[in-house]
Amino acid sequence: MKKNRKLFAILLTFALVLSLAACGSSGGSAASTTTDSSAAEKADAAGNATGAPAEESSQDSAAVFRTLEEIQASGTINIGVFSDKNPFGYVDENGEYQGYDVYFANRIGEDLGVKINFVSTEAANRVEYLETGKVDIILANFTVTEERAEKVDFALPYMNVALGVVSPDSRVIKDLSEIGEGDQVIVISGTTAETYLSENNPEITLQKYDTYANAKNALENGNAVAWANDNTEVIAFALQNPGYTVGIPSLGSQDTIAPAVSKGNETLLKWINDEIVSLADENFFHKDYEETLIDTYGADYEDSLVVEGGVTAQ
Amino acid sequence: MPDLGLNVLFKGKNLARLMGGLGVALKISLLSVVISIVLGIVVGLLMTWKNPISRALMRCYLEIVRIMPQMVLLFLVYFGTTRIFGWNLSGETSSVIVFSFWGAAEMGDLVRGALISIPQHQYESAAALGLSGGQTYRYIVLPQTVRRLIPLSMNLITRMIKTTSLVLMIGVVEVLKVSQQIIEANRMSSPNAAFGVYLTVFALYFFACWPISLLAGFLEKRWR
Repeated sequence: MKKNRKLFAILLTFALVLSLAACGSSGGSAASTTTDSSAAEKADAAGNATGAPAEESSQDSAAVFRTLEEIQASGTINIGVFSDKNPFGYVDENGEYQGYDVYFANRIGEDLGVKINFVSTEAANRVEYLETGKVDIILANFTVTEERAEKVDFALPYMNVALGVVSPDSRVIKDLSEIGEGDQVIVISGTTAETYLSENNPEITLQKYDTYANAKNALENGNAVAWANDNTEVIAFALQNPGYTVGIPSLGSQDTIAPAVSKGNETLLKWINDEIVSLADENFFHKDYEETLIDTYGADYEDSLVVEGGVTAQ
Repeated sequence: MPDLGLNVLFKGKNLARLMGGLGVALKISLLSVVISIVLGIVVGLLMTWKNPISRALMRCYLEIVRIMPQMVLLFLVYFGTTRIFGWNLSGETSSVIVFSFWGAAEMGDLVRGALISIPQHQYESAAALGLSGGQTYRYIVLPQTVRRLIPLSMNLITRMIKTTSLVLMIGVVEVLKVSQQIIEANRMSSPNAAFGVYLTVFALYFFACWPISLLAGFLEKRWR
């Protein structure tokens, strides 16, 4: 009898794992069917479809995310931030979260009148955190892309990102056309810089490195004429390493960084958007930049990096 | 001596945070180890059953655990249960579930190996002395099995401790994550800190796993 029961328990574990595997994949495809971010009903439907194999599919949309009222009633908001991306989101030596994203998160908590529970996220699991409602907001240097916008709802942007090219002072590359036939450009594999250059400028020979440290060494050793990467990275590099200049501070399409909430969480999304617009009156994000980013990027880039009030005027 | 950036460890509460992270890693792994050993013995017994259904099931269970990367299991339990059942399991609970699920299967296989290494004549002798099936296990088989298990399971336990480095993917801040946080927070002021900090983490893992090996050696000698 006893053994039978144990057998049964193990069987149950089995069934659980298998059903999880099956539902996980179907959930992903169901969520990606909604492309229109404005339709709340659609998002709800997607929420239901995700949980369709489970019994309580009717309550699922409520379970996925917490509305603004629910967050305020609970007194705590869960915000997903990076804990190891200095200067956007990191933990200082006293164990406190700091950085550009965190500065904004603290303001959100203050204005909502709730305590903040910071959740340490990784680049690879940010979407998942929102899709399961394990955090209310992601504020983790989250670049707005069409692909991501199908799965989560982005609020108004608060920062710009583009590609940048840094080169030695002895020969500053100010335009991609200055790169000659024998010249090579350093990129880090898997970055947007690599994709952009190989698609738009296939004539440029790329030197690919896996890590930031290797790419840095290669440029310092003069293996190539320039290094293309996210402009925030190259600007920071040029500031820390005298003898290098960012000749092209913004290349390719301008992308933005924005807070994101679970798909269909209209109340919270609207609140964040209103918050970003109203913070423009006090130039909040410029203040944020001066508090957190100025040591890394310098004052010159403040206006090109910061987006105030969600308006990308560039 | 080259600058290893070890000074970053003594800034603020960094050292305490690192030890706290080690505490989290050890808590998850040791809790899972205890659960794995208990469940593993049950699984091992089931594996040696003659019943073809239980054998097939145990076989499937073991293969799934062997094939599935622990990372996938962590994501399934942490995010999957929320998606499907709406349970909001914490990262640490999910980790303990996954590590126990994994540990029980591997431990079960070790128990199975140890059990079948007990020669058939011992069962027969026990039966001849009039011991029941339960008594045979209690007094003859299990004591010998446990002895044979020790060196094998130490390997599994140290592997479980080291694999806790994966739980940072589900938001648990353990020793490796703390070390990454420290390195990144100081990447402007001490760019070489990575080496020193990772070296410290290596030492921490070593001192966490070493006593377990020592204990195993001691028990092996004692019970010979």
